[in-house]
Amino acid sequence: MTRSPLHDEHIALGATLVDFAGWDMPVRYAGDVAEHLAVRTAAGLFDISHMGEIVVRGADAAAGLDAAVVSGAERLAIGRAKYTHLCTPGGGVIDDLIVYRRDWDHFLIVANASNVETVTAELAERFASFDATVENITAEVSLIAVQGPKAVGIVSAMCASGADDVAMLKNYTWCTVLLKGDIHAMVARTGYTGEDGFELFVVAADAVEVWQLALELGTPVGLIPCGLSARDTLRLEAGMPLYGHELTLATTPYDAGLGWVVQTGAARVLERPGIEGAVALSAEPVERGDFVGREALSAAKERAAATQADPASAPEESRILVGLVGSPGRAARAGFAVWMGERQVGIVSSGAPSPTLGVPVAMAMVHPSAAAVGTVLEIDVRGRRETMTVTALPLYSRAS
Amino acid sequence: MSSVPADLLYTTEHEWVSGDADPGSVVTIGITEHAADALGDVVYVELPPVGDPVTAGEVCGELESSKAVSELYSPVTGTVTAVNEGLRHGPGAINTEPYESGWIFKVEVSEDAVLIDAEAYAEHIA
Repeated sequence: MTRSPLHDEHIALGATLVDFAGWDMPVRYAGDVAEHLAVRTAAGLFDISHMGEIVVRGADAAAGLDAAVVSGAERLAIGRAKYTHLCTPGGGVIDDLIVYRRDWDHFLIVANASNVETVTAELAERFASFDATVENITAEVSLIAVQGPKAVGIVSAMCASGADDVAMLKNYTWCTVLLKGDIHAMVARTGYTGEDGFELFVVAADAVEVWQLALELGTPVGLIPCGLSARDTLRLEAGMPLYGHELTLATTPYDAGLGWVVQTGAARVLERPGIEGAVALSAEPVERGDFVGREALSAAKERAAATQADPASAPEESRILVGLVGSPGRAARAGFAVWMGERQVGIVSSGAPSPTLGVPVAMAMVHPSAAAVGTVLEIDVRGRRETMTVTALPLYSRAS
Repeated sequence: MSSVPADLLYTTEHEWVSGDADPGSVVTIGITEHAADALGDVVYVELPPVGDPVTAGEVCGELESSKAVSELYSPVTGTVTAVNEGLRHGPGAINTEPYESGWIFKVEVSEDAVLIDAEAYAEHIA
């Protein structure tokens, strides 16, 4: 198994480690529920160094990326980030990604640990006719997340310079800072918990110092280290998809309720107005060029609209993503069958006891006729039916 | 290394049994600290009904945590005489005090039991 640069820190903190996508990662430290609740009320510190980082650079970086992913890359401003999908020509999801525009001709892409090799290879293929390089730099980078209402104070305090920039970051924007100890970091206001938070990109050699700095400054305000178990219950409550569960090669973005990720409308794009070093948004909106999967996704969009208008008419094999909330008791888990009366209508994609709600919660792919909010469904939990009610996602939203 | 109290008996399925487990005696049963740590925070316990018969080595309940569900095996054959009702609202006792307030159920033993001692269990989990 691959070790994170923070492996020894986790051992010293008494973490239980598990194999996650070939990495030896902490599943919990003090306890799943305590860690989850800490993120909701104070802050949690996550080692997510297993996530993949891919750099795309070159004169055609923006044009190539625009043709490779379903969201527009040419319209992404420097300093901003965007959640997107890499799809097959048939519209199936290869991975969900966050794309950060570092510069005019330079993008950083974060992929799921289990998919980084596949995504790198696929992007390299799609960039074959574009003047740009695709490089997997995962081994050189450590990614550390600080998530929770106290995160902004903690990350600001970690800065030697740039504290104000951090505090002013809007959601899905990033900046570079100098952390105490003269450590360069890229700080993004992104996360996977449903809380405010930041993800810090540092070189692997600086990971231990940054981790310890976060613990030193964060512990007095309630920050605790958090593992993969808490990460999963947090994102599940927040209705965020996990690749391999809500998103697969067999799902389109529309099936998972993420049709908004597919951008086909015209928009102003970043361009160089001819002044050395300057960039600016084009005066007029520019039509989106072709991208992989565009035609298939256009058809998927029409099917999704037709289904929404008349759920009962959807083909038998249609599935859309719903949220489910149960009563205190046994939890539905990924793979369990979902029933509406005597009809199996779908399968649970993710499920766990929710620490915040105090009951089992789940997401499931079900036939549109079973997807209306308030529908009472039954899940086969190891031979016994447990009742859950369709509930609008997200199941939890942070107070603004 | 998790604790393995010397005065209890154990199974390789990570249950502990208090008392000598002779037929006719009532024993208290729980899961070991090793098993509780592996499960993570227990959030729900399915207890065997009082009065039900149980058979050594067979499943008689479930323990549910964030990440996992563990079957609860009975280490002895007999009849359930009591269950820890406190676990219905406070299942976390299994994690904080697996050998004390986290006890799970009691059984009146009807057959000789096959159990191992603390040393053997400690070796098993080493």
